[in-house]
Amino acid sequence: MSFGETIPRRESVFLNPSAQAQSKPGGPAITQAKLANGLDVVVIEDHRAPVVTHMIWYRNGSAEDPPGKSGIAHFLEHLMFKGTKTHPQGKFSEMIADLGGQENAFTSNDYTAYFQRVAKEHLDVCMEYEADRMKNLILSDEEVRPERDVVLEERRMRTDSDPSEQLSEALQAALFTQHPYGRPIIGWNHEIEGLDRADALAYYDRFYTPENAILVIAGDVDAAEAIRLAEKYYGPTPAHGAPLKRLRLREPEPRAHRLLTLADDKVEQPTLQSIFLVPSYKSAAPGEAEALEVLAHLLGGSHTSLLFKTLVIEDKLAVTAGAHYQGTSVDDTRFYVFAVPAPGVSLERLDDAVNTVIARAAEGVQEDDVQRAKNRLVAEAIYAQDNQATLARWYGSSLAAGLSLEDIAQWPERIGAVSVEDVKKAVRWLDKRHSVTGFLLPARAEAHFPMTSADDATSLAL
Amino acid sequence: MTTLVTPETASRASTVQKIVSKGGIEAWLVEDYAVPLIAVEFAFKGGAAQDPIGKPGAATLLAGLLDEGAGPYDSEGFHRALEEDAIEISFSANRDDLSGHMQTLARNSARAFELLRLAVTEARLDPEPFERVVSQIAASLKREANDPDFVASRSLRAFAYPSHPYGLPVHGDLSTLPTLTRANLTEMRAATLARDNLKLAAVGAIDAAALARHLDDVFGPLPGTAALTPVAPAAFSGIGTRHVTRIDVPQSTIRFGREGIARKDPDFIAATVVNHILGGGIFSARLFREVREKRGLAYSVHSHLTAHDHAAMFSGGTSTKNERAAESMQVIENEILSLAHEGPTEEELVKAKKFLIGSYALRFDTSTKIASQLLHLQTDGFGVEYLDERNKLIAAVTMEEAKRVAKRLFGDGKLLVTVAGQPEGI
Repeated sequence: MSFGETIPRRESVFLNPSAQAQSKPGGPAITQAKLANGLDVVVIEDHRAPVVTHMIWYRNGSAEDPPGKSGIAHFLEHLMFKGTKTHPQGKFSEMIADLGGQENAFTSNDYTAYFQRVAKEHLDVCMEYEADRMKNLILSDEEVRPERDVVLEERRMRTDSDPSEQLSEALQAALFTQHPYGRPIIGWNHEIEGLDRADALAYYDRFYTPENAILVIAGDVDAAEAIRLAEKYYGPTPAHGAPLKRLRLREPEPRAHRLLTLADDKVEQPTLQSIFLVPSYKSAAPGEAEALEVLAHLLGGSHTSLLFKTLVIEDKLAVTAGAHYQGTSVDDTRFYVFAVPAPGVSLERLDDAVNTVIARAAEGVQEDDVQRAKNRLVAEAIYAQDNQATLARWYGSSLAAGLSLEDIAQWPERIGAVSVEDVKKAVRWLDKRHSVTGFLLPARAEAHFPMTSADDATSLAL
Repeated sequence: MTTLVTPETASRASTVQKIVSKGGIEAWLVEDYAVPLIAVEFAFKGGAAQDPIGKPGAATLLAGLLDEGAGPYDSEGFHRALEEDAIEISFSANRDDLSGHMQTLARNSARAFELLRLAVTEARLDPEPFERVVSQIAASLKREANDPDFVASRSLRAFAYPSHPYGLPVHGDLSTLPTLTRANLTEMRAATLARDNLKLAAVGAIDAAALARHLDDVFGPLPGTAALTPVAPAAFSGIGTRHVTRIDVPQSTIRFGREGIARKDPDFIAATVVNHILGGGIFSARLFREVREKRGLAYSVHSHLTAHDHAAMFSGGTSTKNERAAESMQVIENEILSLAHEGPTEEELVKAKKFLIGSYALRFDTSTKIASQLLHLQTDGFGVEYLDERNKLIAAVTMEEAKRVAKRLFGDGKLLVTVAGQPEGI
């Protein structure tokens, strides 16, 4: 069973609260094309249900936010729903709703993406509206101002009301001292407050171009027909020039471990989290990222993992523990380790125990454990084939992070090729000096628990 | 507005095989070999409504322990076996059901059903996982303790159903969790896991004969009849009252509710349409437009109809900065009252029906989604034919009906309201 198994990690921020889960992928029928204006097109055929997922990915995320304008990528994502010269005032959303479609958008460090899910016969309308929104956005202050309030409420909801999110934000900022991954995707409050219509339009003009985008279509479509439609609707949009280069400050080699502590009245359950700076699938040497993926699974991906077995089952220092590798990323990225202490166990003691497990991980890795982890990871690629939306997200996020279709296709094989030696080598990345650790603590020694029944509620009837 | 979207051409019901095994286990199957997977969803009537008096959380704990060691395997051994063949088996409890989920690669199906049999019939409920899962639940309850969403939602339930199991937290609470014993769980298991209160759906690369054989192996050993404690109907209380739980946060999280309309009530479909117009999850819903789009009061604002076996609830919520909590609540109440008095506009009705009809297909595009749709239809007491009827029922909702049901659902517009935060002016 899995109760509060993971510390919430926010890898992307959705426009609308009904977000979808991310997962890992497999090997269905894929077709790729590039239009003359530079737009990349990928079609993933799945003919089981008469439904299609249409997604456009822009290769710009919060890491492209100009200095002092954090949150602009995400803010513009919200504003993209306002209207265009052709289809004013939310007509796009209205049309999708009339078709019984679903739509949403999300912003991550490295990309911003928009999608619709509709019955297959409506693919062309989605394309028409999405292509229109790539070039014809119009914004008024009357639309921009309340939407900025919406984003501030979103931030209040996600972060400003939640101490564990505040600590997560501070941990990212400490891990990345130079690189823009250290800034929150949603932005800092004081910078969001200053964003206006001119900022949004300048950002839009710079990044919302065909050569900066990837179109992913998954579902019950014929690839040739989908590409023909893409040509028809997206083809006429002129390229702005050479593809944009991502210009980001490089993170210097970390030399000192950092410990951040957040103590708050609202915290009843202490938790421990460490984040290590590690290479991503894009920035790693061949095989390294795959080894980190297998290591994350062995260390903390299941109930049989080293952290869970040692800390939870054997030593009873934690009620749960795990690890996660955020491998899909343009630049060097994050490897998470977390644990929730058993009652009476201090975070210092738990942290020592976590460090010991990591230090001994290299000697503890066994051939059959590695094989089991690899089986499990490769099976996830097959499970992903069951869900066209999952596939579209997998392909889109990988391509937006600079990986190729070949990288995706070879992923199961590359995971299969990871050896015990590779995993042992990957443990070296988990050097304490390359990490930040967060302690989330109650403000007081003795915590109190609000009652849960009506009779005892700490409520005031007004 | 023109006509409604075209009715779906193919019959979805005709893709479903209703099977009965030799041992009398019934299941709905959609056979599909496009992806080499099998998904199985099943549910035993029971759930948290069967928690022993004064011991909420028992069903959750039982569900949490069924995959923590069974037959010859201790907890670690069982998880190792699952992982070796990439098999997923898990259980959960909601208010009315204890549910199970299995997913496997087709090539490992024999092993998957064998492990499922062990979990369903021979779960060990060993002391080690028992203590551990209790402490995991406790940790998650503590984590939720001052989370405004959880606090406001829990509070809404507690005031809505003060002397009914539906008012208690499904996951239990910190004071009673330690009083749960292994005997509580074995009694609950004996009373709940039986063949006559089991519903099943399977989707994927398996034929009827093979599925029937596996189902007999897995569920055949269970007792024939369940011994559930009768659950009384629960009326919605506290309408017209407001309750604030003070938490030091910049935002007020608001939950509101009143009596809903039951799943089998002839007005349920019209109520679904009316609720969609008010607070369905799309950009044109009234609450979204008025609260978020026009005034920037909140990021999230929504309303729902919840149909339990013994209660029906209309509820919704939003999160807005403390200074504007009263304004947000006022806007929401105005919209509810306006729907109650005037009903929807013609355009709203047409558009809501279009959306609900068109979006039904999106619930059927993965094996697990199809399986869980088929399961829910069965636990709600519908037949296979409902798959084809549902959109016709939506299409048939008239303006007269929508107005009448809006009046019935929202009445005088009075709500039970719970707030977590530091609201000003509420």
